[in-house]
Amino acid sequence: MKRIFNQVIFSALLGMFFISCQSSGEKKKTGTVNSDQPAAETANNQPVQAAEKVHQENAVYKKYCLVCHQADGSGVPGMYPPLGKGSWTGKDPKELVLILTNGLKGKVEVNGEFYNSEMPAQPQLTDEEIADVLSYIRSNFGNSFDPIDVELVKKIRGGK
Amino acid sequence: MKKLAFLIITLALWGACQLNSNKNLNSAKGIVSDKDNAGLKLPDGFSALVYADNIGHARHMAINSNGDVYVSLSNVKDGGGMVCLRDSNKDGRADIIKYHGIYDGTGIKIRNGYVYFGADTVIVRYKLTEGELVPSETPEVIAEGFTAQSQHATKPFTFDEDGFMYVTVGAPSNACQVQDRTKGSPGIDPCPILELHGGIWRFRAALLNQDQAKEGYRYATGIRNAVAITWNNVENKLYALQHGRDQLGQFYPDLYTDEQSAKLPAEEFLSVNDGSDFGWPYCYYDPVQKKKVLAPEYGGDGIKAGRCSNAENPIMAFPAHTAPNDLLFYTGSMFPERYRNGAFIAFHGSWNRNPLPQEGYYVAFVPFKGGVPSGDWEIFANGFAGVGEVKSPADAKHRPCGLAQAPDGSLFVSDDANGRIYRIAYNGQ
Ligand code: HEC
Repeated sequence: MKRIFNQVIFSALLGMFFISCQSSGEKKKTGTVNSDQPAAETANNQPVQAAEKVHQENAVYKKYCLVCHQADGSGVPGMYPPLGKGSWTGKDPKELVLILTNGLKGKVEVNGEFYNSEMPAQPQLTDEEIADVLSYIRSNFGNSFDPIDVELVKKIRGGK
Repeated sequence: MKKLAFLIITLALWGACQLNSNKNLNSAKGIVSDKDNAGLKLPDGFSALVYADNIGHARHMAINSNGDVYVSLSNVKDGGGMVCLRDSNKDGRADIIKYHGIYDGTGIKIRNGYVYFGADTVIVRYKLTEGELVPSETPEVIAEGFTAQSQHATKPFTFDEDGFMYVTVGAPSNACQVQDRTKGSPGIDPCPILELHGGIWRFRAALLNQDQAKEGYRYATGIRNAVAITWNNVENKLYALQHGRDQLGQFYPDLYTDEQSAKLPAEEFLSVNDGSDFGWPYCYYDPVQKKKVLAPEYGGDGIKAGRCSNAENPIMAFPAHTAPNDLLFYTGSMFPERYRNGAFIAFHGSWNRNPLPQEGYYVAFVPFKGGVPSGDWEIFANGFAGVGEVKSPADAKHRPCGLAQAPDGSLFVSDDANGRIYRIAYNGQ
């Protein structure tokens, strides 16, 4: 136990010493994800290399969804529903977009289990990021649903 | 707190036959543990068996003086939110299992011949009849008026010996932001949630239909959510463990690295007095700096304390996000002397220590003397998860959630992932 705690202390101290350099690293990472606006919009109008595309989708998931739904989409039992098999991931794209823009609250059933939690709205996401992340969850965690087009997201969001 | 229920019921029902039945169970003689100790890693001399399995999402437990076990479920199963279990053939395992009651939830205790049950918005009790396993059909309402919450909704509770019941009312929020769990949203100041949430409320233990806002008394505040809460009869004092706030790094990447965010803040072991204020949402406990730090939602920078220099500190700090879900001060005679009056804590296990592996998923032990820890904490029982490393909580086959002490002194642990009830005994000399 002592050992674990010493590790905690040691790494947290390390973290504190390097806080400035770490956070500039964070910023850089954020920069890539958020190159979103102008850069990503342009990128979308041109043929994008598949690998890069996957990377970007994954980046949105990592930054905004992973904490609750987990790296493998398995969720947190009793708290945050999974995004894999039997989840709502294959539902009407409109419903999925609305979950991201409005959040979701109250008792829901996902894959035979009940959840009565709250997903915060994600209004910070651009249309492009919503299309990306929804396409990502629809083609991962054992899912193979069609991607969601950014034009559809635009229409649903009323051009925001 | 189970031992508390046990003590109270023993005193209340004070009958020769009750005492006799305790003795029959004493020392776990004739009870053979499972070959693999139910998959658990335990200290030398301890062994374990599966008392019951797959009974539902088993949260907390209460054990009657005759050994009958009552378990709360987070979701009704087979028509009941409470499971009543009896070992009628005395092989140490349940052989009669009944589902009962329309309410589901977390809190459950036995007091003066009643099973008290904490549903998320109401606390009720069912009358027990001597000799019968299943309690009365119709519940009586003890405390009500709790709002429906979409997080930290559970209502665990405990009793003192002066006729009071203490109920955790968790905060329906992470850090009292204007928009919960939303980057850039500031903390509301003062936090209005604290009026009816984020603390421990006291009620009369046997008075019906008490409304939280009217008859409830805010005993302690600034506690985000304390699923583990118990009255220690030896010290005559309330103890609880707080689930600390989440997502520091996600919302404040300039102040916290992912790794710091995984390791901050500590889960806090609280010694709770009338009027205690532990500082949520304004403060959190940093186990490295060993102090309460101002939360970034309230202008904190990860170092300065500000108004938090007045917030009460924990008596012990545990790794972040490990989710202490139950607390039991051991009063039995089965376990060796060093465990007597010490604290067992069930850590449900973390979900937000990414990118580090998850942590917790064990039962810890803290030696106590004079109402405070007298040494370091240690892992007492491990291996519940059944996998080498828990990357996501769903990897864990079993997650410790509740603790109870049986009349013979064995320790029960409930698992809310797959509904296993473990029974841990000491038989090595
Ligand atoms: C703070 C935790 C949290 C975050 C962050 C979060 N979710 Fe959720 N999500 C939830 C909860 C909780 C629910 C269920 C709500 C309920 O119980 O009513 C949910 C439900 C869902 C559902 C529908 C149910 C299912 O499992 O199929 C989808 C789809 C979903 N989320 C996708 C996402 C995506 C994509 C992101 C990232 C942009 C995200 N969520 C971020 C907590 C979260």
